[in-house]
Amino acid sequence: MNAAHGIQSAAWLLVVLPALSAAFLLLMGRRADKWGHLLGAIVPVVLFGYAAMLFFSIKSESGQGRIRDLHLFNWIPVGGFNVDVGFQIDPLSLTFVLLITGVGSLIHIYSVGYMSHDEGRRRFFGYLNLFIAAMLLLVLADNYLTLYVGWEGVGLASYLLIAYYYNRDSAATAAKKAFIANRVGDVGLSIAIMLMFAYLGTTSFNGVFAGAGNLSHGVVTAIALMLLLGACGKSGQFPLQTWLPDAMEGPTPVSALIHAATMVTAGVYLIARSAPLFNLTETGRTVVTIVGAITLLYGCVCAFGQDDLKKVLAYSTVSQIGYMFLAVGLGPGVYAIGILHLVGHGFFKAALFLSAGSVMHAMNDRIDMRRFGGLAKVMPITYGVFVCGYLAIIGFPFATGYFTKDKIIESAFDKGGTSGWILGLAALLGAALTAFYMTRALLMTFHGAKRWEDDVHPHEAPRTMTVPMILLGFLALVGGGALTFGGGLQNWLEPVVGKPEEAGVHTISPTVLLALTLVVVAGGVAGAYLVFGRRPVPVTQPAGSPITVAARRNLYADAFNESVLMRPGQWLVRGLVFFDNKGVDGAVNSVAAGFGGGSGRLRRIQTGFVRSYALSMFAGAAAVLAVLLAVRFS
Amino acid sequence: MHNVSLLLLLAIPLLGSLVIFALPTGRDLLAKQVALVFSIATFAFAIVLGFLFKVSDNRADRFQFQGSWTWIRSFGVHFAFGVDGIALVLIGMSTLLVPVVVLASWNSFDSVADAEEIAAENAPKRSAKTYFALLLLLEVFMVGVFAATDVFLFYVFFEAMLVPMYFIIGSFGGPRRQYAAVKFFLYSLLGGLLMLAAVIGVYVSAGTASFAFTDLVGHVPNGATQKWLFLGFFIAFAIKAPLVPFHTWLPDAGAEAPAGGAALLVGVLDKVGTFGFLRYCLPLFPEASRYFAKPILILSVIGILYAAFLAMGQRDMKRLVAYTSIAHFGFIGIGIFAFTTQGGTGAVLYMVNHGLSTGLLFIVIGLLVARGKSRLISDYGGTARITPRLGGVFLLAGLSALALPGMSTFISEFLTLLGTFTRHKGIAIVATAGIILAALYVLLLYQRTMQGPVLEKVKGFRDLNARELFAVGPLIALILVLGVYPKPVIDIINPAVKFTMQDVGKTDPQPVSAAQPGGHK
Repeated sequence: MNAAHGIQSAAWLLVVLPALSAAFLLLMGRRADKWGHLLGAIVPVVLFGYAAMLFFSIKSESGQGRIRDLHLFNWIPVGGFNVDVGFQIDPLSLTFVLLITGVGSLIHIYSVGYMSHDEGRRRFFGYLNLFIAAMLLLVLADNYLTLYVGWEGVGLASYLLIAYYYNRDSAATAAKKAFIANRVGDVGLSIAIMLMFAYLGTTSFNGVFAGAGNLSHGVVTAIALMLLLGACGKSGQFPLQTWLPDAMEGPTPVSALIHAATMVTAGVYLIARSAPLFNLTETGRTVVTIVGAITLLYGCVCAFGQDDLKKVLAYSTVSQIGYMFLAVGLGPGVYAIGILHLVGHGFFKAALFLSAGSVMHAMNDRIDMRRFGGLAKVMPITYGVFVCGYLAIIGFPFATGYFTKDKIIESAFDKGGTSGWILGLAALLGAALTAFYMTRALLMTFHGAKRWEDDVHPHEAPRTMTVPMILLGFLALVGGGALTFGGGLQNWLEPVVGKPEEAGVHTISPTVLLALTLVVVAGGVAGAYLVFGRRPVPVTQPAGSPITVAARRNLYADAFNESVLMRPGQWLVRGLVFFDNKGVDGAVNSVAAGFGGGSGRLRRIQTGFVRSYALSMFAGAAAVLAVLLAVRFS
Repeated sequence: MHNVSLLLLLAIPLLGSLVIFALPTGRDLLAKQVALVFSIATFAFAIVLGFLFKVSDNRADRFQFQGSWTWIRSFGVHFAFGVDGIALVLIGMSTLLVPVVVLASWNSFDSVADAEEIAAENAPKRSAKTYFALLLLLEVFMVGVFAATDVFLFYVFFEAMLVPMYFIIGSFGGPRRQYAAVKFFLYSLLGGLLMLAAVIGVYVSAGTASFAFTDLVGHVPNGATQKWLFLGFFIAFAIKAPLVPFHTWLPDAGAEAPAGGAALLVGVLDKVGTFGFLRYCLPLFPEASRYFAKPILILSVIGILYAAFLAMGQRDMKRLVAYTSIAHFGFIGIGIFAFTTQGGTGAVLYMVNHGLSTGLLFIVIGLLVARGKSRLISDYGGTARITPRLGGVFLLAGLSALALPGMSTFISEFLTLLGTFTRHKGIAIVATAGIILAALYVLLLYQRTMQGPVLEKVKGFRDLNARELFAVGPLIALILVLGVYPKPVIDIINPAVKFTMQDVGKTDPQPVSAAQPGGHK
């Protein structure tokens, strides 16, 4: 590991600058209302510029020389537990830094327009900057405990932004739910870190990875599974997925930046970062792939039951991150493909969300697709950007998903054995379902007859919004091709996550699989067209088949949580409160009364007059004196 | 050894208290100014001592600024003071809280009240003079209890603390203040008597004809005697801390005490209990400490979960905070009785951070209650919309209570869990569930009071003014700074914890794979 030098030594600015800007915006109060959003928007642009310079300074090195460590200060030194705050600047963290600041800049600029009518715009930008600071800390940290600070920091920013319209009960509740689900995951991360310290005496990436080889398989698996629990909480994966769709209560740019492109992919980052640990445990990796496969199908099914455009995209995010989990769970050689899909997803999902936001902006914040329809003509730019995102996510030839998602399907089959077939088929089925629900969303929103309510007059968004949208739409189309050109991203990531696997034996020939994937995707598109494109869309929700009903109610996951966790929890609390008041305190009161010779006397003590106080003090003093004398003369 | 530094530290607030008592009735403003000046002077002096304190692993430097004067010659009782790192940081935290409380309760007890309040039934006493004099008197005893190095003197301060706090609750508290004050007093008195018996028992059984802490360490004979004496101290401290099931006085006292009093009660007085575990139980009774460690750890973990559930069920904000504190004391409990340096240092840091964090929470709730005249959660809603500064401070206080990483409370909570984990994995894992419950009770409270639709009665609230911001500012700043850079405080605490672990005869478990150094293949 080489020390950071030159321009790299200023990497701490990546965290400090947005943190200061956030603090400034939040502390200044209404005085900064006029220009606060501009300061907030310029910060990520500056950071992106710096990150690009960092990229070139690292790129000029080669191999392990591309991993640089920037030691900052000694944080917690207690006995054998000695944690430093330091940054690791390497291809993996830089990929994230560029994604976060790049997509972040575009979304910040978009927000200037999107939030222009909101009186709390300055506060909004303060929270966004706070998020940028925490997210960059998360990906730059060179040890698990510092990572944890960023990890919860993004959770806080996410909480604040979901609850941005905090006078709405639903927003406040959704924010709380997100934070709690994340905390459940954090228990996993905490225990993983404690295991690392107990068995290896360190929490730094270097130290842990170097020592992991000496650990028993059981311990490595335990650490891996605990890390996975943390990752599931943050990334909205099964069984901690239900918070993510609710998080759509936040303003749409937040959904784009935090709940699609960056924060929710932190779980994938955590697993890819911990590649040396996961490489040692087959069991751990298998569980990751199972979680990924279940979640990717779950997300697809739920997505097609939603009438709320943002909810469709949210479940789509859940599902796409499932693909990424599946990829990083496949282990050595496939980590990079997971990251590849992550970056590509960052582009196309941000494009989709921003165009959804543009639709909302035009439709008086209404988001029910049954009340859309025919918007393609009114909002051509928004429509174009949405189509770019759409082509990318379904994996249309040469759009991003074609290069990133199809590789995951291929790698899943290549795992071999029964599990390879199961995972591969799940991923393939997911591709068909994705094409189905995305086509449904596209048709219901932009095509067909217009079903708007009378008071809306949709119009194209202002330029501050359309320019970032167009850029993201462009990235969604060509990003995947550009990132894979000549093995691009995979080679770049090699020093951190290992060599891309040379595909020796394929379960299914890549050409056949490619054709097969295109066929199922085309099937999904055609199916959706037959159901939603050829018939008028009812304005009110039809009864629907049992599957549709279950999909609408997110396969009863919320109902399960409510009846198994929430209700019994409330009963427990009520029971304990009763017990504490009547049982514990009651016992104490009656014992006290007994000593005092009846409750009447106790009440007299409780009059609280100085006289009775003095009396009891006197009694106490007498007792003290008596004991002293007894000791003296014994 | 006649260093007068600590004596001087006690003298400043004592003098301030006497001056205020001597003021003529009705001079409210002057009383407040005197209280503020003297409490700030005390804090400044404590900070100076902090800088003069020598961080050293040398046992001879364990206690510094030592001064000892004979008090009762025939019993070997000394007026003896000295601080180790643990006592020093707790004194620092306590002396910071006092001026903060003075500022925060500036207008709470002016002797001229508005007609509405005078008309109110069962209104608290109104005398700024008495209140602030009692605060400074309390500060004398709080500093004394941490600075005493003579066990008998410690006991005297331990009991003396009750008196000003009794009057602060009983005269200036809420509607049920008298019940709460007497309950607080009786509980503490019971614990105090047990401790007194044990103090005398220690004196007799050690046979060193001295009450000096350093003379007693290592001289209490092993066996049944030590166990009984341990229990005497332990129960007294467990009531004070309080650990479940000795806790039922705290929700009443914490809820009925005026906000400033509650901040000091939970922030400082309760710390004397956990301080007592570390300073007295472990070093004086090492064998008994090890013997009882397991049940105490289990009791602490039960406390973490039990009190957290109870906190969720409260309708009164101050009772809620009191229960959260009981849960937090569970973390301190496991940290101490895990017998590891991480657990011990974490526990001490926890005491400091909890004082800051809960002090802040009680004060901000006090400011809210001063506006809404009710402690009930259901009487508030959407308040952050009307008073964004109050809302922001409330959120920060809540986040520090749920130990958000980046805040000082996270470091201490993580250290107690980590220190416990290396020795008792199961207990640490169960305790970790407490971090989910903490998020629940904090966010529920925040949502119900600050978020949601704005209630009609909340609309007239005024936001925090400069004085109020000035009161909470230092606490927030410290919570954030110590979250990023706790090293100076940790460095002061570390040696004292190490000595304590040596006293109790335990060393840290070593990492399993450390046997193969390097680990490279």
